[in-house]
Amino acid sequence: MAFALHDVALRIAGEVHLHPTRLALAPRGFNVLLGPTLAGKTTLLRVLAGLVRPTAGAVLRDGADVTGVPVRKRRVAMVYQQFINYGHLSVFENVASPLRVAGAADAEVRRRVHRIAELLGLGPFLDRRPAELSGGQQQRVALARALVKDADLVLLDEPLANLDYKLREALRDELPRLFAGRECTVVYATTEPAEALLLGGHTATLDEGRVTQFGPSDEVYRRPVDLVTARTFSDPPINTAAVAKRGDRIELGRVASWPARGGLAALPDGPYVLGLRPHHVRIAGTAAGSGEDVVIAGKVSIAEISGSESVVHFALDGGTWVSQTHGVHRFDVGAEVRFRLEIARGLYFAPDGRRAGAEV
Amino acid sequence: MARIRLEQLRHTYRAKPAGDDDWALKRLDLAWEQGTASALLGPSGCGKTTLLNLISGLLRPTEGVVRFGERDVTALPPDARNIAQVFQFPVVYDTMTVYDNLAFPLRNRRVAPAEVDRRVREVAELLDLGPTLRHRAAGLTADGKQKISLGRGLVRSDVAAILFDEPLTVVDPHLKWRLRSKLKELHQKLGTTMIYVTHDQTEALTFADQVVVMDQGTVVQAGTPVELFERPRHTFVGHFIGSPGMNVLPATVEGTTVRFLGHPIELRPAPARPPPAGARLELGVRPEFVRLAADGIPVRIVRVSETGRHRIVEARHEDTPIKLLVGEGDPVPAEQAFLRFDPAHTQLYVDGWSAT
Amino acid sequence: MREPGALPELQPGPPEAGQAGGRPAPSAIRSEAPPRRAPADGRTPNARAWWLVAPVVALVAFNAIVPLMTVVNYSVQETFGDNVFFFEGMKWFREVLGSSRFHQALQRQLLFTGIILLIEVPLGVAIALAMPRRGFWASVCLVLMAMPLLIPWNVVGAMWNLLALPDIGLLGRTLNGMGFDYNYTRQPLAAWATMVGMDVWHWTSLVVLLAYAGLSAIPEAYYQAARIDGASSWAVFRHIQLPKMKRVLLIAVLLRFMDSFMIYTEPVVLTGGGPGNATTLLSIDLVKIALGQFDLGPGAAMSLVYFLIILLLSWIYYTVMTRDGGQ
Repeated sequence: MAFALHDVALRIAGEVHLHPTRLALAPRGFNVLLGPTLAGKTTLLRVLAGLVRPTAGAVLRDGADVTGVPVRKRRVAMVYQQFINYGHLSVFENVASPLRVAGAADAEVRRRVHRIAELLGLGPFLDRRPAELSGGQQQRVALARALVKDADLVLLDEPLANLDYKLREALRDELPRLFAGRECTVVYATTEPAEALLLGGHTATLDEGRVTQFGPSDEVYRRPVDLVTARTFSDPPINTAAVAKRGDRIELGRVASWPARGGLAALPDGPYVLGLRPHHVRIAGTAAGSGEDVVIAGKVSIAEISGSESVVHFALDGGTWVSQTHGVHRFDVGAEVRFRLEIARGLYFAPDGRRAGAEV
Repeated sequence: MARIRLEQLRHTYRAKPAGDDDWALKRLDLAWEQGTASALLGPSGCGKTTLLNLISGLLRPTEGVVRFGERDVTALPPDARNIAQVFQFPVVYDTMTVYDNLAFPLRNRRVAPAEVDRRVREVAELLDLGPTLRHRAAGLTADGKQKISLGRGLVRSDVAAILFDEPLTVVDPHLKWRLRSKLKELHQKLGTTMIYVTHDQTEALTFADQVVVMDQGTVVQAGTPVELFERPRHTFVGHFIGSPGMNVLPATVEGTTVRFLGHPIELRPAPARPPPAGARLELGVRPEFVRLAADGIPVRIVRVSETGRHRIVEARHEDTPIKLLVGEGDPVPAEQAFLRFDPAHTQLYVDGWSAT
Repeated sequence: MREPGALPELQPGPPEAGQAGGRPAPSAIRSEAPPRRAPADGRTPNARAWWLVAPVVALVAFNAIVPLMTVVNYSVQETFGDNVFFFEGMKWFREVLGSSRFHQALQRQLLFTGIILLIEVPLGVAIALAMPRRGFWASVCLVLMAMPLLIPWNVVGAMWNLLALPDIGLLGRTLNGMGFDYNYTRQPLAAWATMVGMDVWHWTSLVVLLAYAGLSAIPEAYYQAARIDGASSWAVFRHIQLPKMKRVLLIAVLLRFMDSFMIYTEPVVLTGGGPGNATTLLSIDLVKIALGQFDLGPGAAMSLVYFLIILLLSWIYYTVMTRDGGQ
């Protein structure tokens, strides 16, 4: 099944909830909607589900307009952030409920519920009530219910947000496996960039009711079309600094300058914004760099050591930069430290926010 | 104020605790030196919030003593303990402005208005709340509200410790970063004792100088982030800290040789003494310390996932999964590969506990 | 655990946060964000829904609109019986609005409503605050509180009538025994006191239950934070409990205002509007005019004026209260 949004827009009481959006979801794959709270992720999911009718445009399924088709005729499953289960039913009956509604035979129900329960590790809990399970297990029950009915479209709205870090990690690991080999298209909304990358598949970045970019996740991550997308898809936040192109060089204030290579060489002179992710700003001397790297000195404002990594915030040219370096490196606040900017990984944006001089 | 000490502390929510399981917090002794940034890390229901509430005085321990310095504060109510607490969900007084919210704890203690004004402005400056002082607190975003909760603690000049109970739960990821760094900065500036409860290892490790890992009402390990990362005392700590967690692999020991499914594994230092017969033996090695090599343990590559900074490679030796991290841009073989473990960061665990 | 009322697939949207088990969801915070992109929105239109609503529309039409139109019709006409009507325009309205009898009844009505609101709302809040928040006794208190609300209005009137009788009633005898000269059938003040007492007894529970619901919705963290901030009980009430109860209290006051303005059965059974006209409230007077004297025109005009007063006061009250930071 291929799902697409054809210039879909939503306004409610004069307020724009979704700007005109054109999006063709990757069929039978993971489509991640990535954006901060209130970016329009849930709205988009609800338009896809048919819970909200867009004020303009059409929702297409295999090319056919399904905009006005009611939800219950759509073979859609949805899992929410909150663990929604029927508290008075056993786990078995919870998982079986969509099949019962569809009028499946008893033997068929048993067979399919057991298969899904096995897949999600719910086998031993089928007789219990959802309230007797842990948060992670409760969300598995909700997932099982979404999976059991062979929906064409499975919508997951921040399904892991209410789980503990480690449970989140485990379930996130399992999700792509669960859907592998299934016919359904999955749409997964999240606020966390790492989740979008780990789930693989495709990512649409959202900002204030607008899809800013859609493509294979690592492609969007590495080649964001604009600054907003780069910001949305960076955790820790991407470092940004005003730079200027003058002749064949890029200048970072009076602090540093480097040659404009590749696509940058052809850009007109003028102001640009450099975006450099924290793991491309390393403490100098920690690992072999490339010849293109630029070494600068900054004054440490915060130093965080996370066991395997050092995160150092430092002041440079009036701005604050963050460096994320492998290994344990201790610094006092106020110390002058040399950092190596892997400038070849830098992203350049024109003053209007669009990416300039497409270079890797 | 000096250090915070818990002595022979034990707590239960039941009127008549029967078994060990009825105790939310099993007997423990813990101490925090003045000025530390510390974290209590563990899964839901491990007792970390109970522990926090015992320190703040919101709960009275069933047994044991809470001391601030030499003073026994076990029986004192929260407002007499000079602590501040920031909760999971931001608590602001909706009807008040940001200014009045910050002034509230001082006004309750009948501090002179001029002093109140001075302190409020100072704290607002510190938390970047200056421009919003005249706004209604109810209109702020989640991170702004958490700053107010924090500010109500900081505004008191006598505050001995600030306790955080999963304060970033409702904050968006990019703001999480900013707020967490802000806390770290405040700690560096003010030197107030801070204790931070979380289930998120990244938050705990980046924030704290000392982390207490808890599970099922007991302390499994307390130490610096580096100690917890490099020398986890228990496989639980190895699993809980690090993302992905430590590989825990079956092991056998013959004399001084440790083997993983027949392959000899070098450990430095080697186990001090041979493990008792019949014990469960496991090897622990973090994905960070597993390397692709020309020879070693033969594996199949099953899956590669991207995290941006590096890739998580899932390999299998026979049916045993082993995870490793590969740097950005480094090659990953398509199917067959060999792995080596870093001897200095591979440990033997006997019945779950480190034997190296 | 939350129990969904419908299949999740058919639910109009994610449930409100705070009801979910264990950890309330971050959307609890989201809903407090500017309403620019609140999740409320247009649903899929479905014409069949109108058929489902139709019976209710018909019922409302027959119950409310048709009788109201009849009253409007009467209010502008004069009749001397035999189904013969003359158009009189605004005559009855002028007469009603100009009559001192109406003014006095209205004054009595406003006084009564004012007194019971002043007593019942603070008393109700005080009782709600004093009630245990959980456990066995919480249930017991709730059942006790609900009891007066379950008693039919005329029974309440009859009960108080008997209770207050000066010669055989428990209350009347006790008061007289204590040396008070108490006889509600003869003294206007005693009649008023008894009527107010009866209303307070009957309806304070409603305020209690609403206030209690408001209090129960306050997360524990607020109380904990207040304890740490060193807030006094008064400060907790003023800055946490009262703001969080504001919405339910708004409803409580509105309900009590409208109900007390329309009160009829209880005072009629208790005092019959006496002694004299001392307790003749608007509704009682209306019935006397419309049915007692069968003045259909003035009765209808008075009904409409009465109805409009309630509507107007409720509207003013609600607008003022919600505009003042109701968001």
